[in-house]
Amino acid sequence: MTVEQIVSETKDQFPIGMRVLAVDDDPTCLLLLETLLRRCQYHVTTTSQAITALKMLRENKNKFDLVISDVHMPDMDGFKLLELVGLEMDLPVIMLSANGDTKLVMKGITHGACDYLLKPVRIEELKNIWQHVVRRKKFDRKVRSNSDSQDKPHADSGEAAGIGKADNNVKINKKRKDQNEDEDEDLDENGHDNDDPSAQKKPRVVWSVELHRKFVAAVNQLGIEKAVPKKILELMNVEKLTRENVASHLQKFRLYLKRISCVANQQANMAAAVGTADSSYLRMGSLNGLGNFHALSGTDQLHNAAFRSFPPSGVLGRLNTPAGLGIRGLPSPGTIQLGHVQNSGHSSNDQSKLQSFIPGNHNTNILQGMPMSLDLDQLQNNKGVSHIGELPAANSTAVFPVSGSLIDSRIAGFSNNPLLGVTSNSLMLEGSSQQANLHASNLRDGVSAVGFQNGNTLSNFASIDPVSSQLRDSKADLQGQAAPINCNAGPMIRSVPPQEWNAPRKDAPYQSHLMSSSVNSSIPVNGAMVQLDQCLDRNNSIFHRTMDSDSIGPLNFVDPLSIKHGEGLNSAAMEPPVIEKEGYLMYQLRPHGNHIPDNIGSLEDLASAMMK
Amino acid sequence: MDVVNQLQRQFLDYSASLHREGFLDDQFTQLQKLQDENSPDFVVEVASLFFEDCEKLINNMARALEQQGVDFKQVDASVHQLKGSSSSIGAMRVKNVCIAFRSFCEAQNREGCLRCLQQVTHEYSLLKNKLQTLFRLEQQILAAGGSVPAIE
Repeated sequence: MTVEQIVSETKDQFPIGMRVLAVDDDPTCLLLLETLLRRCQYHVTTTSQAITALKMLRENKNKFDLVISDVHMPDMDGFKLLELVGLEMDLPVIMLSANGDTKLVMKGITHGACDYLLKPVRIEELKNIWQHVVRRKKFDRKVRSNSDSQDKPHADSGEAAGIGKADNNVKINKKRKDQNEDEDEDLDENGHDNDDPSAQKKPRVVWSVELHRKFVAAVNQLGIEKAVPKKILELMNVEKLTRENVASHLQKFRLYLKRISCVANQQANMAAAVGTADSSYLRMGSLNGLGNFHALSGTDQLHNAAFRSFPPSGVLGRLNTPAGLGIRGLPSPGTIQLGHVQNSGHSSNDQSKLQSFIPGNHNTNILQGMPMSLDLDQLQNNKGVSHIGELPAANSTAVFPVSGSLIDSRIAGFSNNPLLGVTSNSLMLEGSSQQANLHASNLRDGVSAVGFQNGNTLSNFASIDPVSSQLRDSKADLQGQAAPINCNAGPMIRSVPPQEWNAPRKDAPYQSHLMSSSVNSSIPVNGAMVQLDQCLDRNNSIFHRTMDSDSIGPLNFVDPLSIKHGEGLNSAAMEPPVIEKEGYLMYQLRPHGNHIPDNIGSLEDLASAMMK
Repeated sequence: MDVVNQLQRQFLDYSASLHREGFLDDQFTQLQKLQDENSPDFVVEVASLFFEDCEKLINNMARALEQQGVDFKQVDASVHQLKGSSSSIGAMRVKNVCIAFRSFCEAQNREGCLRCLQQVTHEYSLLKNKLQTLFRLEQQILAAGGSVPAIE
């Protein structure tokens, strides 16, 4: 089935069968809520404990589309749960309370809730909650495009500030700008497509696994820096494929690569591995730097930083939520750059790069990734946020915005196509060959990570319009999700079964990437870059562990899509969870250590596998 | 037939009076609407849960207020929860007392809290009796072979 088909299928059913997790310590209210939700034809799971809810969500991110939670709970504050869910799983969360104080409602929104309902809950209100799932996906997309536009100026400044690998940076920035422009365009198109798939003017090209393989091979052959649509098209030698098709696919691919790199960064001290990809990793590093704040042990803990950035404030993760989105959209170049600087742990170059990159390229920066060890703890805590914020703004948002935009665009791409991951990877490739490797691996990781972590994301992707619009849509979705994507590459990959690339669904592949990218991107951009490196490592490990080896070749974007979570998961939602997962996964995989060296190798393998 | 009609009328009248007197509000009607073949005892279930919960909360509040150093936050938490569940079930009077109760908690007024606690307990008992009567009527209607009329 093509992604489009899958998406349309889920759309047909949706919102029926939307999977809701209801959390409330009051048994009366919980029973009532459950009954009301069942009456709305949703699929309901209930628990009276927030901790149990978290466990369920962590077990399988793809299991739920939406979470409704009471504010006042004995074992955990509802807001805390809200943040964690947003960060880790990037699922829309609705708060519920008998208390309608404006202050509380505000608190809910700032923590990322997509809605705040007052008890007693009426069925009419519950009948509409599915829109949050859909809105998240779409919004993420748009946000990404906005971020992209915002990034452009940053990119310019970034270039000017270019430090060290200025050349690379410039190239990357430039490419990013181009990408952003492309992405924006794509997004717009996607947006249109998404909104009205039936009004497509051109027939969509389905990026089957085979096709994508050819594409990746062509890109590899040309070298990510030299890979221009026209040449790729010539190399691919496929009938009825237009330069535009390739161009948009390339864009998504780049995003994907970025995402993967970001994730990689986050996960491990990819920095070590990344070392070579300074320029690209720098960016990522900057993101990582964010993560590093907490743990930075001076190692290239970019991953951590990057990773952290995601969870923090869930801004990244929560990009999906309007609040998050806003943040994402606004790249705070300053903050981002700061992040880079702060991450300086790794290398001054990286930092400088990050600075320059961050503003401009989400992805590239991320890729540059300063391997920062992601403190899992941090990730989990909103501290990550502070990490991100370290940038100066201590808001991942700051960092993210810059990268976020890239990520967003990338993410958008992802949701649709695994390409996003690819694109980010491609970006990485630009930076350095190593990076390329990382990218490849990241992509894979991303894919796998996505697969793993975001079962939901994948589904979101599927459900998201992107399916309809192939790359474009994915891009759009990614956008929404992009934010979280930064480091999602790693985690993302996991969640997404390696089959993604293989899946004939056009969007699916991307989506999975997107998902990964989104997951990764949760830390907008910068982290993505860095993370990619780290993610790569991690992804590799994760990837290898969880994914089938063959996934490396053809990213299995499709799988996520096939999951059909589409039900409502926002791509964004998917992303963050992925990222979060990554962090967690990373922890599990590498307890904080510098696995990079080991991973790097694996990442490179992945990367190369991907690239072929 | 006559018996059923009589019972049904009784049921409706009683229901109306409960609404009139403020024991129940529209939310309760919503609950009744939710009851269907798939969940035939829904309202009774929810009400039972509510009663259990209510008792537990009232006990918590009483205990907390008995302390030398009253932990108003804890009392407030219990009141908040009671407010939530009472509003969910449509127990309007109980909910209203809770609202007043909360402001006393915020003011850390022990006397006021104790008074409210008394009121809550009173309202809760009243409501419990009334609802049990209502449910009994329902049972009687069903036993007589009739169907419980929908409240409008």
